[in-house]
Amino acid sequence: MLTQYIPIFIVLSIAIIFAVVTVSASKIFGPQRPNKEKLSTYESGMKPVGTTRERMSIKYYLVAMLFIIFDIEVVFVYPWAVNFKSMYAEQGISVFFSMLVFLIVLELGYLYVYKKGGFKWD
Amino acid sequence: MQEIYNLIPFVLISAGILVSLIFEMYAKNSKRIIAWFSVFIFLAAGFHSLVNVDNAQLFFNSMLQVGGNINIFIFLFNFAAALVVLMAMDYSSKYGNNFGEFYILLQSSVLGMMLMAGAKDLFVIFLGLEIMSVSFYALAGLNRMRLKANEASLKYFLLGSFATGFIVYGIALIFGSTNTTSIPQIVDKFGELTHNLLFMAGILMFLIGFSFKMAAFPFHMWVPDVYEGSATTVAGFFSTAGKTAAFSAVIITLGSVFMHGNANIFEPYLVVLAVTSMLYGSIVAIAQNNIKRMLAYSSIAHAGYLMIGLASGNYEGIAGIIFYLAAYTFMNLGAFGVVALIEGKDETNLTFESYTGLSKKQPFLAAMLAICMFSLAGIPPFAGFFGKYYIFIAAIKSDLTWLAIVGVISSVISIYFYLRVVVIMYFNETEIDLTVQKSNYGLLAVVISVILVIIIGIAPGSLIDLISSFLK
Repeated sequence: MLTQYIPIFIVLSIAIIFAVVTVSASKIFGPQRPNKEKLSTYESGMKPVGTTRERMSIKYYLVAMLFIIFDIEVVFVYPWAVNFKSMYAEQGISVFFSMLVFLIVLELGYLYVYKKGGFKWD
Repeated sequence: MQEIYNLIPFVLISAGILVSLIFEMYAKNSKRIIAWFSVFIFLAAGFHSLVNVDNAQLFFNSMLQVGGNINIFIFLFNFAAALVVLMAMDYSSKYGNNFGEFYILLQSSVLGMMLMAGAKDLFVIFLGLEIMSVSFYALAGLNRMRLKANEASLKYFLLGSFATGFIVYGIALIFGSTNTTSIPQIVDKFGELTHNLLFMAGILMFLIGFSFKMAAFPFHMWVPDVYEGSATTVAGFFSTAGKTAAFSAVIITLGSVFMHGNANIFEPYLVVLAVTSMLYGSIVAIAQNNIKRMLAYSSIAHAGYLMIGLASGNYEGIAGIIFYLAAYTFMNLGAFGVVALIEGKDETNLTFESYTGLSKKQPFLAAMLAICMFSLAGIPPFAGFFGKYYIFIAAIKSDLTWLAIVGVISSVISIYFYLRVVVIMYFNETEIDLTVQKSNYGLLAVVISVILVIIIGIAPGSLIDLISSFLK
């Protein structure tokens, strides 16, 4: 019954042991020279405590949105490139052209952003 | 080659979006070019699907279907979008959303609706819904200098994504209990799954999400604010094509359940929604003074009438819904078109006072609006009457006579606020002057919708026969 879950338990216990061992080893053997900056919570360079209604430039949101264009592109192109040979053997050249259509659609959006000045910071 | 031939509407709109983007980037007079180009592809795609209404075919591993009533839906979306483009040509510069992107977003929302109508898989419904909704959120707030438009867009986005969350969760539960997202396979297993609590919860969550998109009663909060805040042409598109798309998706899922001969186990849910939407929409609309808000509450009431067709759960109900949606699309677009023509710069002339004595100042526009109002109220011989007639007949045939009676009572209530507009236009006098900007294209769109309302009203038989022939 539960025997089929044994690999999961093994992975789980290895993960726990690994985390406990590394954290405690660095605590025991590592040099300890704490200061105020080091002890504060790490928040990607932002102040960890303060008003939650802080305003920031809308340009950051634009960058985040444009990042998605390239992100999605990579997510789709990677597995396609890895499996291209086997897919080509099965379905022929249409595999290549379907990706080409996808890329054209994506690059058209990229070109649109460029023409509308989406990459200008000022 | 036949495969690609039947897919032409989808290919046309998808290619149209890309070509319009190139126009927007490089053409000098891009707005006019994109507007006429989108009218062309909407009409081409719409009439292509109408001509090939008999060619039923499955695509992409049976994930998408065209033919039959799906093509009628595709025609409705495209034709409504073409009318909206005609209305928007002059209105957009008046309101201040005269961007080439307006037409591009319109095209992409129509693509989403077509995917929803043709879906044979829950994920295709979800994909189409998202394409449509995201375009709608952007369309509502396209002019970011207007605070009301911003409010409408944000409200629509927050509540709409919440509703979409319900739909996704419902799809997850359905998938969890059936191991498939293919609608025909789910329908095959439907009989044995009716006692599966997980499955029924999934279907109900799916229905709740779509009730939001249809603007039925407990999920209607966004409707008045969004319709009031967004541009009048856009509000007209939301209330007609958007509602039609939501109903087309539900008809695909629930409709195939009816055709499989199962009793309608969702009747209690649909009946409650129908009764509350009808009465709430009709009664609250009486208190409105802004014509766009009044039309928004009337749209909630119409969602209720359409729900009767779903609740009755037979072929007649489904055919009645499709007929009603066709009639409703044209009469509501006509009404919104007249409102868009009369609206002045900066969202003025939207209260009922502006319509006082309109028959003297603008006799033609007043007549057009009066016909649309008579049709919305359900007075023969206009299309709205036969829409209600077919839906009430379907309710009576499935022993829901009391529901039909509630529907008639609600129609009687709604006559008060529809005919109030007519009374104000024809029997009240005023000193206030009304300057109406001339717009030939807007007038053309209104005239086309009114002509269609009259034609459907005079000869309802051929349309209902066509729809019914695909359901048998």
